[in-house]
Parts: sequence; C-alpha cells; structure tokens
Amino acid sequence: MRNARRQTSAGRAAGAVASLLVAVTSATAAQSDPQDFTQVERGRYLAIASDCASCHTVPGSGRPFVGGRPIETPFGNIVAPNITPDPETGIGAWSDDAFDAAVRRGLRPNGARLYPAMPFTAYTKMSRDDVLAIRAYLNTLEPVRNAVVANTLPFPFNIRAAMRVWDALYFKEGEYKPDPQKSPAWNRGAFLVDGPGHCGACHTPKSLLGGDKTSEYLQGSTLQGWFAPDITNDSRRGLGDWSADDIAAYLRTGHTGITAATGPMAEEISLASSHMTDGDLQAIATYLKSLPGRQDSPQPLRADNPDMVAGQAIYRDQCSACHGLEGKGVPRLFPSIAQSSSVRSTDPATLIRIVLRGARSVATDAEPTSPGMPSYGWQLDDAQVAAVLTFIRNAWGAAAPAVSAQDVGRARSDLALRPD
Amino acid sequence: MARKLPKKDVVIVGLGWTGSIMAHELTDEGLDVIAIERGPWRDSPTDFPPSYMQDELRYRVRHELFLRPDQTTFTFRNKMDQTALPIRTWGAFMPPNGVGGGGVHWNAETFRFLPSDFVLRTHLTERYGAAFLPDDMTIQDWGLTYDDLEPHYDQFEYLCGTSGTAGNLKGQIQEGGNPFEGPRSRPYPTPAQKQPFSNTLFAKAARELGYKPFPQPSGNLSQAYTNPLGMRLGPCTYCGFCEWFGCGNYSKASPQTTLLPVLVRKSNFSARDNSEVTRINTDGSGKRATGVTFVDSSGEEWEQPADLVILSAFSLFNVQLLLLSKIGEPYDPVANKGVIGRNLTHQTISSVNGFFDNKKFNFNPFIASGAIGMCIDEFNGDNFDHGPHGFVGGGYVGQVQTGARPIESTLTPPGTPKWGAAWKNAVRDNYLSTVKPGTGVHGSFYAYRDVYCDLDPTYRDRFGRPLMRMTIDFHDNEVKQNAFLTDKFAEIIQAMGANKVAKQYRVAPYDVTQYQTTHVNGGAIVGADPKTSALNRYLQSWDVPNLFVLGASAFPQNAGYNPTGTVAALAFFAAAAIRNQYLKNPGRLVDA
Repeated sequence: MRNARRQTSAGRAAGAVASLLVAVTSATAAQSDPQDFTQVERGRYLAIASDCASCHTVPGSGRPFVGGRPIETPFGNIVAPNITPDPETGIGAWSDDAFDAAVRRGLRPNGARLYPAMPFTAYTKMSRDDVLAIRAYLNTLEPVRNAVVANTLPFPFNIRAAMRVWDALYFKEGEYKPDPQKSPAWNRGAFLVDGPGHCGACHTPKSLLGGDKTSEYLQGSTLQGWFAPDITNDSRRGLGDWSADDIAAYLRTGHTGITAATGPMAEEISLASSHMTDGDLQAIATYLKSLPGRQDSPQPLRADNPDMVAGQAIYRDQCSACHGLEGKGVPRLFPSIAQSSSVRSTDPATLIRIVLRGARSVATDAEPTSPGMPSYGWQLDDAQVAAVLTFIRNAWGAAAPAVSAQDVGRARSDLALRPD
Repeated sequence: MARKLPKKDVVIVGLGWTGSIMAHELTDEGLDVIAIERGPWRDSPTDFPPSYMQDELRYRVRHELFLRPDQTTFTFRNKMDQTALPIRTWGAFMPPNGVGGGGVHWNAETFRFLPSDFVLRTHLTERYGAAFLPDDMTIQDWGLTYDDLEPHYDQFEYLCGTSGTAGNLKGQIQEGGNPFEGPRSRPYPTPAQKQPFSNTLFAKAARELGYKPFPQPSGNLSQAYTNPLGMRLGPCTYCGFCEWFGCGNYSKASPQTTLLPVLVRKSNFSARDNSEVTRINTDGSGKRATGVTFVDSSGEEWEQPADLVILSAFSLFNVQLLLLSKIGEPYDPVANKGVIGRNLTHQTISSVNGFFDNKKFNFNPFIASGAIGMCIDEFNGDNFDHGPHGFVGGGYVGQVQTGARPIESTLTPPGTPKWGAAWKNAVRDNYLSTVKPGTGVHGSFYAYRDVYCDLDPTYRDRFGRPLMRMTIDFHDNEVKQNAFLTDKFAEIIQAMGANKVAKQYRVAPYDVTQYQTTHVNGGAIVGADPKTSALNRYLQSWDVPNLFVLGASAFPQNAGYNPTGTVAALAFFAAAAIRNQYLKNPGRLVDA
C-alpha cells in the first residue's frame, strides 16, 4: 500500500515536469521525443565532447551551464550566456530552430550574429540531430535564473553587424562530410577534432581579425597567456614522438610518461576528454597522427653560448631535483623536459608562464596526484628565466630558438594582470 | 548559541594521518564524512615548494608548521607537588597544526613495534617476575597483539611506499634486515635508501662489534612509487630538510602525497579548515555522542551533528578534548582511579657526537633524509636480558643522517670556546668531519602513576576553559636505560674512528625546553579493562561507543621506536572494525 502511494506521487511529479517541458518546447516539437533516454544520453555525451560546461560555467561556482564566465579574446571579454532551460534568462523559450541556428550558424534568435568565442565555426560540422540532442540534454537540467550581459567588448568590436563581414571571410558553414578514402576511426577523429572538440579554436593560429590561419592548421597558437602547442604529427614540436595510445592516455588521464596537462588543457581534460570513450580518444589520436607537421630542422645553440652556460647552471641548481640532471623527470610525476615537445614550441609563452608562476597539473580519477611546480618568478630575474629556458630548449638533443629577457619581461607584465 | 549544521554520518576531528586514513576508509564504505581541522589547509606544491621550503629559520627556528601557543597550550610541571606553568614556546615536543598534521613535518621513520611490546606487562612479569618492575610503573598490555596489527602495518607501508630491508619474512630471518622485528607478510614496497658514508661506516663498526645493523625503514623513498590508490611519489633527493619541514618533492610519505588528493575527489567527503573543535557533545545519558561544536576563524560557533565521532587530533589534544567534554572518568593519581589522562609518556632520547680527523674523513653531512640511517636493535624492547642491568625497556641506536642545516649544525669538540675566532675555526674544521646522529639513542618511556594529564586549576584558554596540565618527569628506570644505551652507542661511534666522542646523557628532571621528539603518547589508552583504559582494543571509547579515539594517545606506554607506523596501523585496525563490525551493529564492540 505504501509502495503504491509512493509510486503515484512520483508519477505525478514526473508528469508535472514533463508538462512544463512541453509548455516550453511545444511550439517547435521536434520529430524525436525530447525526453527519449537515447536522445538525452547522446546529447549529454556531445555536450561533453563539445566542452559546453567549460565556457558556460564560472569555474568553482558549482553552477554548471548558468553562464557568467568571461571569455578572454584579443578583442576584449565576452561573457558566456546561461544555457539552462530557464525561459527568461536561459534558452528555455528558444525554438529548436533558434538553438540550431545559434550553435551551427552563429545566429541569435533576433538575427544578430554571435562572436566566434562561441565556436559555431566548428560546431557547424555537427548535424541538426546532434545539436537537438544537446538541446534535449540541456532541457533536462534544472532551470536557473541568471541574466548575463554577454557583450562586454569595447568599441568598435561591440558592433555585432561587423560579424557579417567576418563570417563571410572565415566561416564555412556545413556538416562534416566523411572522406570515403579514410578509415571510420580517422573520420570519427576528424569529426571530433574539427566539430564538437573545436581543437582549432586554441591550437590553430589566428589572423589579426581572429580567423583561422588554415595553412597552419593545428600547428599551435598563443592565447590567454598560454601557447596551445602544435598537435600535428610534427616530431619536434608536435605529436610525432607520441604513439596513438599516448595521445589517448593524455586525453583520458591528463598525463603521459613524458608530460602533463595544465592551464586551459587541464580544464578541457577534466571536463571533457576524461569522460569520453576510449574509442573516440583513439579516433582523435588516429586523426592527429595523420596530420603532417612542419618540415624544418633548426640547429641547436652551441653549448658554450653564454646563455646555455648560465642556463645549465641555473637548471642544476633549481630544476634538477625534480626533473633530473638529464631532464627526464619521473614518469607521471615530473615531466621529462628533455623529451617534451612542448618545451620546443615556436612560442615559449607556456614555458615562461610556468617558470614565472608555477603550474598545477590536472587531477583525474586515473591520475589523482596532480603534482605542481612552484613559482620561480620571485627568485629568478628575466635574464635568468630566459637563460634556463634557452638551455632546456637546446639541451639533450633539442633545438629551438633562444628565449630573450625581453620575452620574459613582457610575459611578466602580462601575467601580472591575469588570474591563475 | 551555536548554529546547527545538517547532520553527517561521521565527523572527524583533525585531518592528519589518522583522520585522513579514517576518512578514506569510511567514505569508501559510502558514509558521508566531514573532517574539521583546527589549522589551515596545506598542500605540497603551494605550501612547501622546493623553491623556498629549505628555510631553517622559517620552519625550524620560527616553527611555521606548528601550533601557535597563543591559540592553545598546556601547563607543565615535573612533580605533583609543584605548580604548573604554561608552555609559551614549544620545546620538548612540537604540536602540529593544519591539514596533514604531524604527517607533514615528520622524519618518516616508519617502524613497527616488537610483538612483545604489545603484551609488555605479561611478558616482563613472566621473564623477570613482578618484583623486577618498579612499584609505581603502570605499564599494561594493549589488549591487542602484533598479529592483529600486522596486516595494517603492511597497509600503511604500502600506502607510503616505505623503503627498507625486511629482517623477518613470515618467520624467516633475512640477511641485512632487522632480525629482531616481528614477522612481516611481505617485503617493504621499495628497497632501502642508499646510505651516505657516515652511515656505512657506522654499520661496519657495528658489525665488527658483533651487532646486526639494518637500514632504518624510511618514508622518504629510495625510488619512484605508485601506491594502491594511484598516488605517485618520487625518489628522495637527499636535501636534508625533512623533520620540521614539508616535502615539496613528493618523496616523503604524508597525507598530502598518499591520500588527500584521492579523498578530496570523493563527493561524500568534505572538510572545514581553520575551525577548532571545542567540545564533543553527548546526549542526556552521556553515553552517546551527538556530534561536535567548533569555532571558525570569525569566532562563530557551530554545531556539527553526526552519528559517529572520530577523534583524531594530536595525542595531547585528544586527551584535552575528552577532559573538556567530560567523556570518561578523569584520572586521579592519588586514588589510582579513572582513565582520561592516565599513562602519559614521551620518549627517552640522547645523542653522541663523534669528532673525526678532517684530513681523513669527509661525511658530507648535508646529504641527508629524515630516515636515512643504519641502526641496531640489540638493545630495544626486551631483545636482551635486562636481569643484570636493573631496568626494563630500551631502544634502537643508530647513525641517522638527517641533515646539516647551517643554524643548528655548528658542533664543536668539547673544550672549544663558545664564540670568537677559535669557535669559528672549530666550526669550519669540524663541519664535514663530525658525526651528529639525527636520532642517536631512541629509547622507550614507560608509564608511571605520577606521570599524567589533568585540567589545570589556574590557567585558562581563550575560551575561558582550563588548560590541560602535564605532570611528567623521568624515573630512574629510564635514566638507567638511557645511560646503558648511550654508552653502547658511544662504543660504536668510537669504533668508527672518532678522535673525540661527546656523550649527552638524558637525565632527570625532564626538561620541557629541550627538544626530544614529538612522540607524546598516552592519556586515552587502549586496554582490556575499562577501569584502567579509556578505549577497548578497537580504539572505541568504553563509555561512549559511537566515539573512536585514534592516535598515540592510545599507547599504554611508549616503545623504543618512532610511533607513526603503529599509530597508522591502529587507525586502519579501528577502521576495519568499524567497517566490518560496528556499522552492522552499532554498539560496544567488546563486552566489559
């Protein structure tokens, strides 16, 4: 008797929720049932692969998808909106068409254009079904009232109409078309990298107007005080020496025997790729391993170069206790800077940042340790930081351009204004 | 009026080694656990980074990682007829503070007690007769045995990755290890650390004198290690900044390096730092704990209700909180009644410094770790016949090279002036060629009727509550024991080839200003009889069955080893009892 009563009241509650959702979405009732488990689950997974929660959540707030996080762009900050199903301040009142147009075409319900901080340029590779699945999932979240002022760009970038020109220059609309010459894994990887994963948003260099430099696709780019490294198969700066398993393990756990994720990539792994299937991570690896890297071979600096001599001395004093005299570190604890391709990046922004400010590697269920490196910014001056970085970029068989004290000085002033 | 928080399954008081272990075990059981820690949150890379952690002034001299006596302290006296005075700067021992507790600043010497240590009174009485023990010595059996704890010693060593050489594997004596140790079920998880020159020289001299030296078991690791929780530790770099310091190299086992990062990922674990528990609350009957009251850094008072209370602060604070919460009968040494405060003990430490010819010996004493040593166990516990010597107890002796930090490592041979050019020259000439054992003689401290804790009649804390009073002195038994061990140790230092040997015996009265160790024990001890013990063998309060009291406060008396291995094994043992017995049928686990 008690059981029956409990079921009845539970049933009533579920009914109330359902009618609320119907009220919200009835105007555009899609073909598929928006409450369908398969649909919602597919949407949840795609929302993870698309890393929606990253931008649409204020870190540490414990209120996912309610928006309010400022996204730094070279043109100013854009604040991510609320994408919970709240009818007034979220997307509850949006039609499916409106949602699809925003995600895949960068159009707001009023016809205005979104800034590409929202990676619609990548999400356009998804299908309408994919996007409506994400919508179905978002509709299952608790609606949260949270009004967000999205556009905080300075003049003239605050004129959204300018985006019409930008779209014409840089936005290629259209779903992903599989390449029949390639394996299903390669095609799945290409879809994930270029579509929901929007890897190029960080890893492809941008023009002055913020559009992709397609000739340098995924060859690394500087943003938000970090250098997102080359993730092509380039053997010096990219993933050439990584096996497909290394790449998949990195995306799942944040760590390999060589290196560890920190900064924005730590957030991506924590929120997105550590929750993806091994099959998808292997597919991403298959695709990235197929991308040719740059074909240049710079010469290392001579060991008797004064910066190399000074850098080696600083390295032995300050770095070798953890990273070892030979630069090999301890697997999955202290990165092997002798083998890390990131150390040889064209732009040393990440290296400078880590030395000046320290860094914490990502914690995942598989790798909970989350080792960190302390800041040396208070201890080493600009010339000393430059010397030690020049040394590690040209020691143990590596070769990369020297880092100058001016580079470090600029980074130091830039970082002074940034939160961790 | 305290504001009441939502009830939890478990509240843990103090997030050091034992609190972290219990939190991990009980969250694994699915319980909703909150830990309340008096000090700040502390984490390896941000709180003790290798870029500035090696700062002797900041951490050793100015006590950065320890409790500030103005937050709370104890009063101290040697004898019951004296008036106790408050300790205003820490000396003989260092009460820890903050997340990780003593597990942050320890030397990581990871010993097990001897099987006979757990049945001490029975063992000594059988071997020497009851009349051999001093009348006022109140040593007791633990009510549990080495075999009970063996699986849990093993659990802790594998959590830490302890580096060592087994001396007794399942009853088979192993070459190179400690032949006196109890049987262990498997070898140490990592091999012993490499020994510096002075330690190998000590081992050679000891061997030539007929002893069996063994490497000190160390929580500063000889090689990289991944523990069963997936936590990764790195090899020790022999920087020589262990005791008093946190390790930012991930090479010293601590709650931070072995447990906490896993714990904080659990959704059924939460913690409050900078919050001091002021009382364990009980219901009207006084037989059931209802939770705790704590004060946050704003002075706000909160009540945290819980079904199960785990008291896992530093030993003395456990006793203090029991006395202030009026749980268990306070110990009265005159009537020899009551349990809370009974059998307070510490350690009996001394050292011998050896001065060598600096043209022949260079020990590079700065190549060091907190537990890098060669020790002998011939004079520990009851490993030797005490009959001719007129005392009981003992300890290990060893050359443990813990560091040659500049402020404290200015030893000069006896007879050197205390200042001026002659002193400076002597410091320079002897720095590299002096053997200055970090541990030396590590002797037991047995329990006595007049060594105990109670509430001070005069001095009060910032909440207006009585401070806890420590009454503690050395008895003849310990003084004799120390003289015997110090002489034996000095013989080995002499045999190493020292020109001069300086012995510093431990003598009465007990001096609260001279550092010995932080191994303060007892006051809420385990036992088989509720009349003479606060806790049953599972560390469960006899009086309040939903209260468990972890830590060295449970030791009925102290053995001649560092306590942490046993403290942690007891915590795992109690956790197993809670998981396997208590939760199925909450109540007393032992009938009395």
